[in-house]
Amino acid sequence: MEKYIFYILSVIIIVFAMASVSSRKMLRSVIYLLFVLCGIAGIYFLIDYNFLAAIQLTVYAGGIIVLIIFSVLLVHHIEMELEMAKPLRKSMTGLLCLSGLAVFLYTIYNNDFHVVENSVTTSTADVGAKLLSYEAGGFILPFEVISVLLLAAMIGAIVIAKGRKLTDKNDDVL
Amino acid sequence: MIAGISIFEILTVTSILFFIGIYGFITRKNLISVLISIELILNASVVNFVVINKYLYPDMLQGVIFSIFIIAVAAAETALAVSIIINLYRQISSVEVKDTEIMKY
Repeated sequence: MEKYIFYILSVIIIVFAMASVSSRKMLRSVIYLLFVLCGIAGIYFLIDYNFLAAIQLTVYAGGIIVLIIFSVLLVHHIEMELEMAKPLRKSMTGLLCLSGLAVFLYTIYNNDFHVVENSVTTSTADVGAKLLSYEAGGFILPFEVISVLLLAAMIGAIVIAKGRKLTDKNDDVL
Repeated sequence: MIAGISIFEILTVTSILFFIGIYGFITRKNLISVLISIELILNASVVNFVVINKYLYPDMLQGVIFSIFIIAVAAAETALAVSIIINLYRQISSVEVKDTEIMKY
């Protein structure tokens, strides 16, 4: 049963990812990206990382997609079609990506993974304890650093997006 | 682990996703489309972290915690990129890559 769910999810992910990079309408491309992210959250649910799936759904599907949709609506006309690359350039890039994929798959299928058969379930409490532990192997320092990074990104985004006012009055101040 | 699915199949799916992202990164000419392709690439690498953690080292949590950090950095990066795009649109009225010639003023 889980096997078929995985196959369905991977087909959804790959088809919508292709649609997302080849659609000529901006907003549709963002919505296809939303389907890809939901499919990846489904994979996290399948391998029993519920906390990560919840993060994926809230941060990516809830936050980042809404942000990108906002920027599309602020920047584009809805019915505008995107300029596409030339066919020669497209096919060259496609060829390059296919050869890269071939190298990747050759390496993966020739590598000897020592897979451990298991059915361990990870609870959110384990992840939280690991994040906040200050013993060897704990992640308290990166956790604090990432909070400072998020604060800096928030302030930076506000400062950059605010820009200059378009009145003459500000010119002597700047 | 997913019953009946080996690690190779999941890694195949994520590799395909990664190269679709690279294809979009090279061929699209719009800054927001480039941002979407970056999201695809980041997601493929996050799934790789999680899957390798689950299949090879099931009693550790490093992969999960690194993926949480990657998601946080991706969120910060997207917020900054969107604000830069909006500011750029205000100054040159375009978000095409070829029109972006100035860094400041």
